[in-house]
Amino acid sequence: MGQLLAVVIDGLNYSSWLFIIAVGLTLIYGVMKILNIAHGSLYALGAYSAASLGGYWIKHGYPPMGSYAVMLLAAILVGLIAGPLIERGLLRFMYGKDEIVLVLVTYAVFLILEDFVKLAWGVDPYFIAEPYGLLGNFTVGRLTYPNYNLVVFGAAVFIGAVLAWVLARTRQGKMLLAVIHDREMSAAMGINVGRVYFITFTVGAMLGALGGALTAPMISVQPGIGAETIVLAFAVVVIGGLGSLPGAALAALLVGIVRSAAVHYRPELDLFSIYLVMAVVLIMRPKGLFSAQEARKI
Amino acid sequence: MKRDPTLPILIAVSIILLAIGPILPRWAMFLINVSLCYGIVVLGMMLLMRTGVVSFGHGLYYCLGAYAAGTLDQVYKISDMAVMLIAAMIATAVVSAALGLLLRKYRDIFFAMLSLAFSMILYGLLVKTSALGSSDGFNIAATKLAGITVAGTPVERYARYALTVGFAFLAGAFMHKYLNSHMGRLALAIRDNELRVEYMGASVRNVIHVNYVISAVMAGIGGALAAIAVGHIDPEMAYWTTSGEFVFVGILSGTGNILAPFLGAFIFETIRSFAYEYSPNTWQMALGITMLVVIMFLPGGLWSLFTRGRKAA
Repeated sequence: MGQLLAVVIDGLNYSSWLFIIAVGLTLIYGVMKILNIAHGSLYALGAYSAASLGGYWIKHGYPPMGSYAVMLLAAILVGLIAGPLIERGLLRFMYGKDEIVLVLVTYAVFLILEDFVKLAWGVDPYFIAEPYGLLGNFTVGRLTYPNYNLVVFGAAVFIGAVLAWVLARTRQGKMLLAVIHDREMSAAMGINVGRVYFITFTVGAMLGALGGALTAPMISVQPGIGAETIVLAFAVVVIGGLGSLPGAALAALLVGIVRSAAVHYRPELDLFSIYLVMAVVLIMRPKGLFSAQEARKI
Repeated sequence: MKRDPTLPILIAVSIILLAIGPILPRWAMFLINVSLCYGIVVLGMMLLMRTGVVSFGHGLYYCLGAYAAGTLDQVYKISDMAVMLIAAMIATAVVSAALGLLLRKYRDIFFAMLSLAFSMILYGLLVKTSALGSSDGFNIAATKLAGITVAGTPVERYARYALTVGFAFLAGAFMHKYLNSHMGRLALAIRDNELRVEYMGASVRNVIHVNYVISAVMAGIGGALAAIAVGHIDPEMAYWTTSGEFVFVGILSGTGNILAPFLGAFIFETIRSFAYEYSPNTWQMALGITMLVVIMFLPGGLWSLFTRGRKAA
């Protein structure tokens, strides 16, 4: 019983994290039809900025609670700088190209940013563990968890809820849905599609960086975290159905629980289990759990 | 009509490579050897790209080929290069024929993602298999070639090198014939318009399946040869970034001619070895920028520089 509980709690922790890293990716794909590999680099940039800004804050003896705000700020800054730079500087010249070509373009951006990170921060790992333990612990049965896990869980629910609300209830959200549905028609109706793309990409980039910033206290921030994360985010997004918000949430939950069960019962199947789920879902439902029907075009 | 010079060039280059082998410095021999291994893999990628599908998981077969060869040495103490290569070909053919049954129904991004999932499954398994060295992999010693012991003899390096040159030649010649055959020509037609190919009575899925198996076996051969040349293998060979590199070199080379992948692989490996030496932290950046330049200005890849101005045959 105790172990089952641990599986569920670990699974929920992992699911929240997965959702946060995947939601920006699925948003960008949904609107722009770009499977953005560079999302992994934005995650890494967010983690590094949070680690160094947060580290600076704590080292100088400012109130440690403020480190959360500083890390959040770091993520927002990364999104606001890198997002527009990539979208305006590069991607907007690529719209209309084949989806696979767009994947390769973002792969090139990923390679460039990987080395940018190494140049800017070096190859030694960064640690910023303080915010992780700062909030104390909670206990379930005989198990103790840091309250920071609740922060990540809360962030995941908050991000999901805000995005769902924006899409369903606001004017901007409805315009966004119109662009997703038919780009040309919405442009003809007077929606500034370029601006929608620009904002979407920036928000997506910010979410990627936020994922990194939230994760930074839980890991050692080092080269390669971007590559590791993006492929997990791919798995979640593809399982859920590319571009689907509820799909990403359900997929994150599924993958999180499965992986946590694997780690507890058959640790040697850890990574394997995630991609097995991905392969099985793709085999059963080629376009993921939540996907719109598409008319066959000649 | 001008005669196609591809095959004579392939033969001439292979003979030259074999002839200059003994006088090459060790590093150059190794560089050529590794680029040819890479070239064979990319040759397979090229076939898939010509068919209009891109696999983001060909590291699966690269790794599988290498591990098929390595496991023979590690577990069964068979260290004959010829047997290793045959094992690599059989393993990749069987696995790709099975996975191809699923993948043949997928296109575009879904093909790319499902193949990526398969390669990450192998990666996830190997990382946790302590009998095969987990994430460190293991060293392999290929001591014999077709029954003759070469390890410790002066021709040891040359034997491996010649083996790779030989296989590169065979792979290139086979692919050249294949691309000009009925099946090979169907590939380009599928890329242009799948539905029309179906209307004309050919099975798109069969062609994709066959081409997938061929390209997988090529990746397996490349992986086994690379394992023999380098003497070490690890699960990183199945990681998605390895597969990404294959796609990268495929795009860089272009799909116009079977010589393109070898040229592209050679340029890629040369850049990589010098960049590792002189600026290990910026070489990916250089690759990324090259890739953007190629995508924007040379959509046909480097090979289109040679065919510019004249009509492709």
